[in-house]
Parts: sequence; C-alpha cells; structure tokens
Amino acid sequence: MHDTYFLSLLVFSPLLGIGLLAFVPKTQEQTIKLLGFLATLPSLLLALFAFSQYLRGYDLSRLSEKHAWLQFGNYSFLPKSAYAIPYELTVDGFALVMIVLTALLATLAAIASIHIKKEWKGYFMLFLLLEIGMLGVFVAGNLFLFFLFFEITLVPMFFLIGKWGYFEKEKAAYSYLLYNGIGSAILLLVILILFARTGTSNIAALQDMLRGGEGASQMLAPLSNDLRYGLFIALLIAFGVKLPIVPLHSWMLRVHVQAPPSIVMLHSGVLLKIGAFGLIRFGMGLFPEQFERFATFIAILGVINLLYGAFLAFVQEDFKMVLAYSSISHMGIVLIGLGALNEAGIQGAIFQVVSHGLISALLFLLVSIMYERVQTTMLNRLGGLSKAMPLVSGFLLAGAMASLGLPGMSGFISEFTAFLGLFKTNPALAAVGTLGIIMTAVYLLRAVLNMTYGATARGVAEVADISAVELVPVLVLIGCIVFIGVYPQMLAEPLAATIQMMMNGLGG
Amino acid sequence: MTWETLLHYKWGVMAPEFIILGVATALSLIDLFMPNRQSRRPLGWFAVAGVIVAIVSLVGLLSVDTTSILHDTFRLDAFGKAFKLLLLGGAALVLLLSLDYCPKEGMKYEGEFYYLFLTALLGAMVMTSSGDLITLFVGLELLSISSYILAGLRKTNSLSNESAMKYVISGGISTAITLFGMSYVFGLTGSTNLKKIAMQLSTLQDSGHQYVLALAFLLMLVGLSFKLASAPFHMWAPDVYQGAPTPVTAFLSVVSKTAGFVIVLRLFISIFAAALSQGDEPSSMLLSMQDYIAFLAGATMVIGNTVALKQRNVKRLFAYSSIAHAGYLLVGFASLSFVMVDSMWFYLAAYLFMNLGAFAILQTVTDQSGSEDISQFAGLYRRNPLLAIMMGVFLLSLAGIPGTAGFIGKAHIFLGAFATEPAHYVLAAVMIATTVVSYVYYFGLFTQIFFRPAAHHESFSVPIGATIVIAVCAFGTLLFGMMPGWLYAFLDKFHHFSDFLR
Repeated sequence: MHDTYFLSLLVFSPLLGIGLLAFVPKTQEQTIKLLGFLATLPSLLLALFAFSQYLRGYDLSRLSEKHAWLQFGNYSFLPKSAYAIPYELTVDGFALVMIVLTALLATLAAIASIHIKKEWKGYFMLFLLLEIGMLGVFVAGNLFLFFLFFEITLVPMFFLIGKWGYFEKEKAAYSYLLYNGIGSAILLLVILILFARTGTSNIAALQDMLRGGEGASQMLAPLSNDLRYGLFIALLIAFGVKLPIVPLHSWMLRVHVQAPPSIVMLHSGVLLKIGAFGLIRFGMGLFPEQFERFATFIAILGVINLLYGAFLAFVQEDFKMVLAYSSISHMGIVLIGLGALNEAGIQGAIFQVVSHGLISALLFLLVSIMYERVQTTMLNRLGGLSKAMPLVSGFLLAGAMASLGLPGMSGFISEFTAFLGLFKTNPALAAVGTLGIIMTAVYLLRAVLNMTYGATARGVAEVADISAVELVPVLVLIGCIVFIGVYPQMLAEPLAATIQMMMNGLGG
Repeated sequence: MTWETLLHYKWGVMAPEFIILGVATALSLIDLFMPNRQSRRPLGWFAVAGVIVAIVSLVGLLSVDTTSILHDTFRLDAFGKAFKLLLLGGAALVLLLSLDYCPKEGMKYEGEFYYLFLTALLGAMVMTSSGDLITLFVGLELLSISSYILAGLRKTNSLSNESAMKYVISGGISTAITLFGMSYVFGLTGSTNLKKIAMQLSTLQDSGHQYVLALAFLLMLVGLSFKLASAPFHMWAPDVYQGAPTPVTAFLSVVSKTAGFVIVLRLFISIFAAALSQGDEPSSMLLSMQDYIAFLAGATMVIGNTVALKQRNVKRLFAYSSIAHAGYLLVGFASLSFVMVDSMWFYLAAYLFMNLGAFAILQTVTDQSGSEDISQFAGLYRRNPLLAIMMGVFLLSLAGIPGTAGFIGKAHIFLGAFATEPAHYVLAAVMIATTVVSYVYYFGLFTQIFFRPAAHHESFSVPIGATIVIAVCAFGTLLFGMMPGWLYAFLDKFHHFSDFLR
C-alpha cells in the first residue's frame, strides 16, 4: 500500500469528476449523471480498501500526511513552529468508519440523484464539492483544516437547497446558511483562541497540551479554567447547531423538508453526524474535565431531544416532517450516550452516529422514490401503497423497524448500548428516556402503516414499483443495516481504540 | 541649498514616485495638445504602462536598506515598500478597469481622469513614505483633492455632482480636524519630524501635556477616520460611492482606503507608541487609547454590516460593505498585537483582489443595463456563467469563507486579537457576529445571480480591461486563499515592519 498521498487522494478524488464535468455540455443529461455517479466511486473504493486493510491489522498512523502550508509570520521571540498551520491529514478507527459511511452514502445519493430535474451539471459539480468537504472533515489533522472542510460543505449546501429544493427552498437555504454560519463562526472563535494561545492547532498536540502533558510547557499564553469552560460551552453550541440540539434545530426541519431527497440523504446521513463527531472529538477529546462536569446536563439535553422529537413526530402530517423530527429524536440518543460518560455510552453514541446515518439515508431514498411517483409526501394523501408498490412498502417497513430499534438491525445495537451506559450512571434519567423509544415505535408505525396499508388513496393505485437502478442503493443500505445489527463487532473493533482514548481522557 | 546638497541625496529611492509624477505630467501635456475629437483611451494605456514601470522600479528597490532622504522627510522603509506595492498594484487594476468605463452620457473628461488619478496615487505614495508631518499632510491633501475632482467627473450627472460636493465638504472638515490635532503635536514637541517627535514625547512626563497629547490623538483619530470611512464618520461614503464614476468608486474603496490605513498606522505607531501615558504603570499612549480605536472598530462593523442589509443599489451596498471591511481592519489595529501590521497588510492585499474583482463585474453589469439596482444581477448565471462564478469567488472571499484570501485575512486579524494579553474577546465576537450578518447580503447577491430568472436573456461580452482585472483578481483571491504561505514568506522579508523609526 503506497500511503504518502493516500488520504489526499481519497478526499480530493471527486475533484476529477468536477474537472471532467466542466467539459461536458450541459444538455447531456445521461452523461452528466453517469459521470457524477462514477466520480464518487474512487473515494468509495479507496475508503473500502483502507477499511479492509485496517481490519487485517494495518496501522492507520502510517496513512498520516503532513506538508508545510501556512505560517503566520516568523517571529524571533516565538518558538519556531508557532503559528504554523501545516496541511496534515490523519485517520483513526472512528474517522475511518465515518469516511466509509460518507463515501458510501455519497455514491448512493449520486444514484438517487437520477430524480433531479434540471441543471444536472451544476448539481453534480456542487454535489462532488460537498463530498470533498464531508470527507475532509473526518481526516483533518488540525482544527484549522477541520474548519476549512467544514465550511466547504456550507456553500454547496446553500446552492443545492436553494436551487434544487422544493417550494420554500430559498428560505430553507437561508436558514441553513445563517444557523450553520453562526455555528461555524463560534467554532472558528474557539479554534482561533486555542491557536493563538497555544501556537498550534494540531489536534493531538492540543489534546496533550490541554491535559498538561509534555507539550504544555510550550503554550504561549495560559488558558484559565474559566476560559476553558467558555470554550467548551462554545463548542457545545457550535456543534449543537449542527447536530442539532433542541432549541437550535428549526433550520434542520426546513432543510429536511425543502431540500432534494438525495441531498437530504447526505445531510441527515453525514452532515448532522459532523456535529456528533465534533462533539466527541473536540468537546470530549480536548476538554474532558469540562465535559465531565456537564455530563448530566448533556444527558438531559439528550432526553429532551429524544422526547421532543418523538412527540412532535407523532403529530406530523408530512412524512418528511416525521422523518425530520425522528432525526432530532435519534440525535438525542447520541447525546444520551455521551452524557453517560462510560464505555458503553460512548460506544452507543458512536454506533448511533453510524447507524442513523444509514437508516435515515435509506428512509429518504425511499421518500425520493415515492415522491417521484405520487408527487406528495402528505400522509393523508398516501395510503394503500402496498398494492401498487409492494417492494417499496416492504423496504419502508424495514427502514422503520431499523429506526425503532428492532433487534438484529443496527438501530437496536446503538440504542441498547447507549441506554445501557446511561442506566449505569443515571438510571432515573434513562428510565424517562426509554419513553422516547416507545414513542419511536408508535410514530413510525403510525406513519408507515398509514402509507402502506389502509384505504388506497387517489392516484396511488397505478404507480410503478421500484426500478432496478433504485433497487441497488436500497439493498446496499438494508444490507449494511442488517450486517451491523447481526455482527456489530465489525464496527466495535475499529472504534475500540478511539473509545479507549476517550475513556483515558475522562480519567478511567 | 546648493546643487551639491541636492545631488548627494539618494534620489533613486524615490524612483516610483518620480515615474508616476512624470507620467502624470506627460499625460496632462499630451491631453492639452491632443485634438478634441481624438479618443483618450491610449492615454489610459499609457497610464497603466507608467504604473507598471513604477511597480518594476519598486520591486528593484525591495532589497535596498532603510533609507531616508531630504532631512528625514522621505523614508523608504519596509513599511513604505510593502504598502506602496499594494497602492501601485491596486492603481494598475483600477486604471485597467477605467479603460472600459462608459457611462450613459459618454465619458467627456477621460484625459483628466487619468492624470488626476495618477496625482491621487502619487499623494498616497508620498504618505506611505513620509517621515514628517508636513510631507504626510501634503500627500494626504494631494490624494484628497484629486479624489474630490474625480468623484465629480461626470459633470452632467446630478448624483456625481452631489457626491463631489459632499466629499469636498466632509473631506475638508476631516482635514481641518486632523490638522488641528497635528498642531497640538507640533506645539508640544516643536518639531514636525516624526522621529524627533517620538524622541521628545518619550520623555514627556507632565500630566498636563499628556492630556493635550491625548486630545491631539483623538482629534487625529476622528479626522482620519473620515478618510477610512469608519463609523460614525462614514456618512459621506455611501453617497460618494454611489455618485462617483464606478472606477473612482473602486479607487476610493481600495486604493484610497489603503492609503488611509497607511497614514493611520504610520502616524499613530511612530508618534503615540513612543509617548508615555499617565497612570500608575506608565505604558504607551497608544495602548491607553486602545479602547477608542476598539469602539470605532465595533461601531464600524455593526453599522456597515447592518445598514448594508437593506441596500438595493449595488454601489451603495458595496459602500457599506467597504465600511464594514474598514471595521475589520480596525480590529487588527485596535488589538495592537505583534502581528498587527502583517495582518493588516495581508487583509488589505486580499481586499484589493476581492473588492476590485467584484467592482470589475459590478461595472460590467451596471454599464450593460444602465441601472445600479441589485436586480440587474438577476440571472447573471444564465447570461454569463463564467462571470457569475467569478463573482461568486469574490463574494465568498468578501464574506470570509475558507479557500479564499478573505478568510486567511480575517483569521490573521483574529489571531492578533487573541494573541495579546488580555485578549480582545468582545471585539472578536462582534467581528464574528457581524461577519455572519454579512452573509445575508453577500448571499443575497448570490440569490440574484444564481436563483432568480433573468429579465433579459442575451448574453453579453466583458471588455478587455475588465477581463484582465477579473482574471488577475480571481487568481489572487484563490491563490492567496489556498497558498497563503507564499505571501507570508514575502512578508517575512520585511522583518515585521520593525524599522518604523530606525
């Protein structure tokens, strides 16, 4: 395995697609769609290759790369490397799992993009740019690069929502832009304060410094305890917008409903997870003490998310809204797991990140297939789908089952371990939280059964069932969901090292 | 003074100034003897060539050590070299842009435009290198007076008249206030030479004198903040920007603003950093006045960005945007960190590329339609996709999105604000918050360009001058956004501008 530029290649391979697409005339619909799809394959293959190598015992640290990039002035009174920002990529088990998830969902979303109706060229160029941003976030070796890739996702998303979305697309694009803009602005503040005070933005070096390790003596200026709490809370808000944590969630509903479903697959499957990833990596990784103090609060936030999402999902009339609130609810489980502060909890949280990525992508894929045929997602105008679309109905039910945590599917593992963690540390809170799980079953079954059975709605009877092209991504996703559900070790192994590191940081 | 004394000065260090002066004089003479009917465009190309020759001569001077001639009134130091490079680069681009400028009523006074433009540039350059209050002031006035005329160059256009009038009056007041402040400094020290002033002031212990000096500081700050168009002294800017011919607006928002920051930095750092302030722990006067600059910065960012939200006229929109950027630059100044001059230079360089690029497109689009309403950008993506994407790049950079020079510039300013002890969290927070506000109007232009349908569908071509400007600016914006290391390596050669007074 030639590894010097492996990660760069993996992250930037969609650029090739962007370059090629630039030369295709914009009327060539089929070529553009095919090219857009093919351009997502190199990252996927590289990611899967790395993953398989890793499972065979390959040392991921060999993949790290580092090149000089930027130095804010050479000041004689500062250490030589102070204020340098190298271009550094690095990957561990957790990041690798996220990379595989991202690359996989990008490929599947590219297939789901066959339903895009206009300006395919611009769409796919932005789509691939979005993929670069998402992949980069997970392998960034320093906070600066993390932020760079994080912001790269912002711009294409604005256009993808605002141009290819549904009726209120511009409003949704703006609320996406502003909420996430504020979130990332706060994140930037945290990054730059850390950078200015320590002289480095390397994640590993910061971790060492903030814990008072060997590098701590090289800090340029002290970080007072109050400042640390401030930074931690700022991080919580920054990633809380992205996740989203309940009072900061309204933008996400608009995006889920207004954006094209293929983009929602990525948004719900990956972009929301960046919030969780950041919270785990930086919130917990850099500020373990502060995280510990806030653990109960985070768990409470999690329970609120879980119940709030579940109850509101129950009263929605639009299936997309049901799924949007369901996403909020499921992100609560991530917070619950993290708030538990023990190995099971953190494992559950990370499992939920991956598992919900797959499940929500599946459900939105099915939404796009349905919408393509019946032009609505309103529950009262759907009904009796099972007659005309038996396969889609079946998959929908499978997706719902996975989402509500049926044993044998990935959702079960994550919810089970997350709650297992919380029951150990805060049984009362966990008991309240389990209510949410029951509610999940209620609202998902209500929505799905309403659509698949019941009286056949007008215009639904004669629609065609799923096509072969659409079948492939659905089967891949269901396959992954079941595989993780049956054989969770597949995920647990790569994550073990990361979780162990988190536990060490938390002091046990 | 005899010929010997005159000849022994190293006049070579003034080569860029002499070239600009020579070209301006030649242009005015040629314009005088040229038949009326003949097109003045060749003069424009001549002016561009002159500026480029000046840049070449300046590059030749980069390796020359700090030199001062004419009894320390003219200094070629690292600061002067670096900022002159910005001024000349910006001027060359604006001149290229002006070649294609064609208002509805036609451009009757093209000849005047070119040589007044060069005299304004000359004023800015003299300011950059001056080591004396008198040269500083002469440079400032040369720049200002040339700009007043430039702003009113469309004599038959009432908005242009109004803009020149407003500019003269507010500019005159600001000059008077600045001069008033300078007179106190002169009164306290008995010298106009910056170096001597600094020496005198570093021994000033009398608290009464220190009050006078503080008053002088405030007067000069107020006077010069007119020039920077920083709030609350920004009122003239939107009207002047809107009324002035578009290339002049571009000049005001980039070159003239750079010159404004040049004078602020040179004056305040060389005079007030040396002066002692009163109090139990004597520190520098500049440090104790920090709060006023910080207030100015905060107000400028808030007013610039919020008022920009409701602008429909693109030139006014860019006026407020440029006010906002002055605010960001003032944050760099207010934090008084060791990266101050570096970060401001970088930001001004980034601003030069992104703003001039945006102005080139703005001029092309508004000339095409004859209207400056924001809706003229509607459907630009359909009419000229490449132009739309370029505008996208400039707007993203102005908004400070990573991958562009604007982001690195902002990050550097933040770094300065956080690296000092105590750190300027409030100021940085205001900057972050207002930056997010600025997303609304920058992305508002995006909605026009990419989402809205166009009123006309015919595509249009971009004239040659604007094409060069757009290409250069896009290249600069992206290159310095992705490979900023090159520019920083270049800055390192100047040793962080530590030779202000040496």
